[in-house]
Amino acid sequence: MDLVRYTLRRVLLSAFVVVGVAFLVFVVAQVVPSDPAALYAGPRPTAEQIAKARVTLDLDAPLPQRFVRFATAMGTGDFGVSYKSRRLISQDLAVYLPATLELALFSTLLALLMGIPAGVIAAARRGSWLDRMGSLGSILSVAMPTFFFAMLLQLVFSQWLGILPLSGRLSQQISISDPLPFVTGFNLIDGAIAGRLAVVLDALAHLILPALTLAAYPAGIAMRLTRAAMVEILARRHIIAARALGLSATRILFGHALPNAVGPALTVIGLSFAYALTGAVLVEIIFAWPGLGRYVSEAILSKDFPVIAATTLVVTLCYVVMNLVIDLTQTLVDPRVALT
Amino acid sequence: MRCATVKGTSAVTLLDLQGLSVTIPSPAGPVRAVRSIDLRIAKGEIHGLIGESGCGKTMTGMALLGLTPAGAQVAARVFQFDGIDLSTSAAVLRGRRIALISQDPAAALNPVLTIGRQMDNVLRTHSPHSEADRRAGAVALLAATGLPDADKLMTSYPHQLSGGMQQRVVIAQALATGADFLIADEPTTALDVAVGAQVLALLRQLVADRGLTILMITHDMDVVAAVCDRATVLYAGLSVETGPASAILTCPRHPYAAALLAALPDAAPHGQRLAAIDGQIPPSTKPISGCAFAPRCPAAMTLCHTVSPPVRVQGDHLWACHLAEGAP
Repeated sequence: MDLVRYTLRRVLLSAFVVVGVAFLVFVVAQVVPSDPAALYAGPRPTAEQIAKARVTLDLDAPLPQRFVRFATAMGTGDFGVSYKSRRLISQDLAVYLPATLELALFSTLLALLMGIPAGVIAAARRGSWLDRMGSLGSILSVAMPTFFFAMLLQLVFSQWLGILPLSGRLSQQISISDPLPFVTGFNLIDGAIAGRLAVVLDALAHLILPALTLAAYPAGIAMRLTRAAMVEILARRHIIAARALGLSATRILFGHALPNAVGPALTVIGLSFAYALTGAVLVEIIFAWPGLGRYVSEAILSKDFPVIAATTLVVTLCYVVMNLVIDLTQTLVDPRVALT
Repeated sequence: MRCATVKGTSAVTLLDLQGLSVTIPSPAGPVRAVRSIDLRIAKGEIHGLIGESGCGKTMTGMALLGLTPAGAQVAARVFQFDGIDLSTSAAVLRGRRIALISQDPAAALNPVLTIGRQMDNVLRTHSPHSEADRRAGAVALLAATGLPDADKLMTSYPHQLSGGMQQRVVIAQALATGADFLIADEPTTALDVAVGAQVLALLRQLVADRGLTILMITHDMDVVAAVCDRATVLYAGLSVETGPASAILTCPRHPYAAALLAALPDAAPHGQRLAAIDGQIPPSTKPISGCAFAPRCPAAMTLCHTVSPPVRVQGDHLWACHLAEGAP
C-alpha cells in the first residue's frame, strides 16, 4: 500500500514539475529582450513585415490568453514552426529526440554496468591492486575532459585498431544506399523491426564510442559512491551473520550488501541521464551525432524561441519520467524509501 | 565442604578446544582478545560461555566460525569439531555444521530483503531442491520456531516484525543451514524479559527435538540458570572455571565466578547495596603475570600475582585457582 501511495504521490509531483517548467519557459520568453516578430519576419525586415509577423504570431493578444494557447499547443504536441528554418518543430524532434534518447539510455546503461560492479569489487578487495586500479580509473574518467576522452577513443578504436566507426549513427552503405524505414527513430529498434541484424550491429557499433564517452563521468562517480557505501555496509552485522550462515562471497556482495548500497549511485546516474539529453553537445559534435544538444544549441544562438521551448519541455518530460523510474527502482530495491 | 562432588559424564565430545588464543594486531601492539580458552562441549548439550564484555566470548565464537577479523592470529593446542580440525576447516564447516544465531536480531537481518528471500538465500546455498520445495521448507522452518502465519511472513521485511519475531527468524535461518552446532551470541540481550524467556524455551525445545548442540554466549546468569547444562566462565580471555551449570551457579569455585554471582541483584538482601567487583579487567594489550584476577580478588595471596594458578579438578568441575578449595 505504501508503494502505491508513494507512486501516486511521485507521479502527481512530476506532473507539477512539467506544468511549472512550461510556465517558466513561457515567462522567460516574454522577458528576453528580443522581438520574436522581427526574427520571424526574416533578415532585414521592414516595419510592415514585422507588423504582419506580429499578427501571424498573435503577439498582441493578452498574456494569459497567450499562455493558455501556448500550453494547449504544447500539450497536444503542436510545437509550432521554427522561426529560423520555418520547419515543423515536431518533425525535427522526431529525428533528434530518438537519436539523443538512444545515446543517453545506452550510456546510462553502460554507466550502471561499469560503475556499480567496479565499486562492489573495489570495496570487496579493499586495499588490493584491483581497488587501486579502480580508484585511478574512476579519477581519470571523472577528471578527463569529455572532448579529449572522445578523441582518445576515436584514435585508439577507430584509427589504430579500426574496429569501431569514427562517427555518425549508421554506416553510409546503410543510411544512403539502403535506408531503414522510419518507425521509432531508434536505429536499434527499427533495425530489429525490419529484421536486419546487420543494421542493428552497425547501429550498436556506432553507439559504443559516444556512449562510452558520455558514460565515463557518471560511471566514475557511481564507482566511488558504490565503493564507499559498500565498505560501510560490509562492516554491518547482517553481513557477518550472512557469512556465518555459509552464504557464498558473491551472493553476499551482490545479493545482500549491494541492495543496501546502490541508492546514491542510482541517483547520480539518473541525474547524468538528464545531462546527456541536452548537455552532450560536445560529444554530439565530435561524433557527428544528430542529437538534441546540437539542435537546441543552434536554436539558442539564433533566439529561436519555439524550438527552445519545445526542446525544454520534451527534455523535462524525459527527465521526469527517468527520475520516476529511478525512484521507483529504489523503492523496489529498498522498501524503506517509500516510508519516508 | 558445602558442595557435593559432581561425577564426570561420559557423553560424546562434539567440540574440543584447548589453549585457544586469538591475537589481533593493532597500532598499539597486539591485542590479546582471547588468551587461553579451554572448552569441551558434549553432543546435545547447551553450554554457557559466561563473562563480561571484553572477556573474549564473542571472539571465541568468531574463531569457531573462522570469522575472526583480517590479520588476527588464531592458535590452539587442540581445535577440533567432531574430529575435524577447525584450524583448517572452519570456513568449510561454517554454515554447514556450525551456524551463528547473531546477537541483536534487528541488526542481524538484512533490512532490504524480505524474510522469504533471506531464508531462501540460506536454503539455496545448502540444498539442491527446487524453488517450490525451498519455499515450503522455509515456511516449515519459520513455523518450527513458533512464528504464526509463517506463510504471510515470507513477504514481510524485518522492520515489520517485533524483536521476538526477528529473533525467531534468525533462529530459523540458523536451522536452515542444517547445522547441528549453533553458536547463540547473546540471543536474548536485545529482547525484553518475557520474550527472551520464550526464545530460550524455543532453543531448549529445538535441542531436544533436533539433537542440536548450542554454545550459549551470555553475560546473564539467569540465562545460564534457565537453559544451560554446563558452563564455562571467562575472565580476560581466559577460561577460569568450567563445570555443570548447577554447580557453577550454586557452588562457584573461582573467586571471579563467585563475585559475578554475588553481584547479581537477587543476591543482595533487600535494601542493601549491590555487591560490585572493584577494579577493572586487565588491558588486553598487556601480558598477564600470575592469576589474571589477582588484582581484584578479595582472597589474593602474594603467590597469586606472580605464579599462574594450577587447575583444580573435582569430578567434571574444573577451575584455575591457588586456593585449594576455591572461593571462600
